Amino acid sequence: MNAISPVTGDAALPQSLFAVPGMRCAGCIAKLETGLAAVPGVVAARVNFTAKRVRVTHRVDLTPPALVAAFAGLGFTAEPLADALAVTSDDSKALLRAVAVAGFAAMNIMLLSVSVWSGATGVTRDLFHWLSALIALPTIAYAGQPFFRSAWTALKAGRTNMDVPISIGVTLATALSLFETINGGAHAYFDSAVMLLFFLLTGRWLDAVMRDRARDGVTQLLRHTAAGALVRDADGLSGWVAAGALAPGMVMLVAVGERLAADGIVVTGRGELDCALLTGESAPVAVVPGDAVAAGTLNLSGALTVRITAAGADTGLADIARLMAEAGQSKSRYVRIADRAARLYAPAVHCLALLSFTGWMLAGAGWHASLLIAVAVLIITCPCALGLAVPAAQIVAAGALMRAGVLVKDGSALERLAEADHAVFDKTGTLTLGRPVPQRLAALDAEQQAVALALAEASRHPLSEALRRALTLAGVQPAVLTEVQETAGQGVTGDWQGVAVSLGRPDDGSAGMACALRIGAAPALVIGFDDPLRPDAVTTLAELAALGLPGEILSGDRCAAVLPLARQLGLPALAGLSPQEKLAKVRALAADGRRVLMVGDGLNDGPALAGGHVAMAPASAMDASRSAADAVWLGDSLAPVATAIRVARATQAIVRQNFIAAIAYNAIAVPLAIAGQVTPLLAALAMSGSSIIVVANALRLRGAAR
Amino acid sequence: MNGLMLLIPVALLLGLGGLAVFFWTLRAGQYDDMDGAALRILGDDDTPLEPRDAG
Repeated sequence: MNAISPVTGDAALPQSLFAVPGMRCAGCIAKLETGLAAVPGVVAARVNFTAKRVRVTHRVDLTPPALVAAFAGLGFTAEPLADALAVTSDDSKALLRAVAVAGFAAMNIMLLSVSVWSGATGVTRDLFHWLSALIALPTIAYAGQPFFRSAWTALKAGRTNMDVPISIGVTLATALSLFETINGGAHAYFDSAVMLLFFLLTGRWLDAVMRDRARDGVTQLLRHTAAGALVRDADGLSGWVAAGALAPGMVMLVAVGERLAADGIVVTGRGELDCALLTGESAPVAVVPGDAVAAGTLNLSGALTVRITAAGADTGLADIARLMAEAGQSKSRYVRIADRAARLYAPAVHCLALLSFTGWMLAGAGWHASLLIAVAVLIITCPCALGLAVPAAQIVAAGALMRAGVLVKDGSALERLAEADHAVFDKTGTLTLGRPVPQRLAALDAEQQAVALALAEASRHPLSEALRRALTLAGVQPAVLTEVQETAGQGVTGDWQGVAVSLGRPDDGSAGMACALRIGAAPALVIGFDDPLRPDAVTTLAELAALGLPGEILSGDRCAAVLPLARQLGLPALAGLSPQEKLAKVRALAADGRRVLMVGDGLNDGPALAGGHVAMAPASAMDASRSAADAVWLGDSLAPVATAIRVARATQAIVRQNFIAAIAYNAIAVPLAIAGQVTPLLAALAMSGSSIIVVANALRLRGAAR
Repeated sequence: MNGLMLLIPVALLLGLGGLAVFFWTLRAGQYDDMDGAALRILGDDDTPLEPRDAG
């Protein structure tokens, strides 16, 4: 069953991908693979432990919810992953193939070159040069493609990037070496050209691996929110319909704990919806038949039937997505530090080579000798260390951050994090935990606590669950109740030693997030809930301010909910903002010259996240927000936000040091090259030496996140 | 010189062989799940798959 190749005869069968964060050991792999294969309808199951995913090949009639149930039967929580997210790019694999080819060629050519440098002459030298050419030419044609293509694209657009001097250097060095070989010359630079490709490709590959690894980490968290809905047709039969196939007029059944897949109007049922991720509103919203409900909200209590009014691209959710896509375009225009360096570097290098050529021509050295020197200048100045300087530092930093619980999407995110000088926070779910915690439980006596716990255990309402978590943590034993019953939207009732008890909605609706505990005829006890600050929020904000990032709160929640928190943290705050207003505020700050770090979790933060200079989101955020963010942090604490800024700045410092090292190396080597003193041996030594220094310097970032 | 005529092609062919094997392992997805590969050695599923209690 452990056939490695996923492509088998039953390729026509559907494959579903699930995130299973709970797998921990070898036993889990065996349990999942054998256990799932035993489920009727499942053809094969293959665990990817690194990505914590399971790919299941199954018959068409097995739906994702049924498979999730099968996972649950084995004791694992599984989240279906959208297929679009599962497609991994072959980018890093193609680069790895090129690295392997260049590495193989570099080693073999070096083997031959060392013999030439040690004194092989005459026929032997020519033979070795010919052999080198035989290896180098196909290698450069294959492994050089990533650079040639990128250089060509840049030139066509009238720009220049790091790949232009690389391509010209490699091509000229190869052409000249070939000419020398044909004419039985003493120096051939095949080894330099191929080694250059090898080092640069390694840098590119590291960059690609970093992006893949972070994307894997983020995809692992991405849940298949509202992938579809149970739709009831005219005959009263229900069937699962994917989100894309939902259409206005259909009636969908929304169970407790499910997210709405489309906009609609409630037909039957009462309940409460959690709109926090859509609007930032922290208190649940009660809905009754006739109310409009929006896609992306979470049904907290009571099954609803909803007549769809808008689905797919017409929902309010899709509007936000469009706004995000539009806001994200400014980010794609960001020019990375390596490319900024190349804008100065490339023309300088080409001028230098041209000047050496004309200089030696004027000095009467002849065109052959002059060209040889010009090519040596190009090879020496080829940004070998520069190509490694940035990706090596960034991948080490990203690894350190990953161990500290921060997943950074790519190198450009690290560069932008280091530049941020203003922090904007969402409130619900970002500064706060985004889940209710009961207040003043100590006001209840032991009996009341026991009854409250017993009642809370009977319901899946978030307030009940919060109450249950807090009371269980306090060591309370539940009372024994009989006739426990939950009424959707009303609460839980029961019988305790002949006394009627209930936990439900308080009579006074103005109490905010609260529930009322009633025991017999005694007056109802109102238990209030609030949404507490994330751990370390105060210290993190202080640290950010010390790092030069003053904070600010932009919330979609009511003013009354935002004000006390803003006062407690001492931050300026704006409340009641729509997604558009948040984006406008972030853009206004950017227009003032601030580089905004946007931290948010909700869909309403999505456009602002996409529009900020750089964005971070907690792992508990909505999928779309996590995709829009440049970095995602795990866990409850807010501290990783400050850690990410610190590490990003340390990375920039190392990158700058690497640049200085590369420039210093050029300052020594270039005059030698212009003077015509550089032999292929010297070029090879200089190139590998500077690359090793740069990589070793980057490794110092390993402990940066501690 | 005669030694070289034999040894150089041998060295190159061995290197190429290694390269080909690396390409094959890459295509076969052997680097897709590095952590899992380390753990699979502990599983005792050498025998063909048969339903057993999921212990």
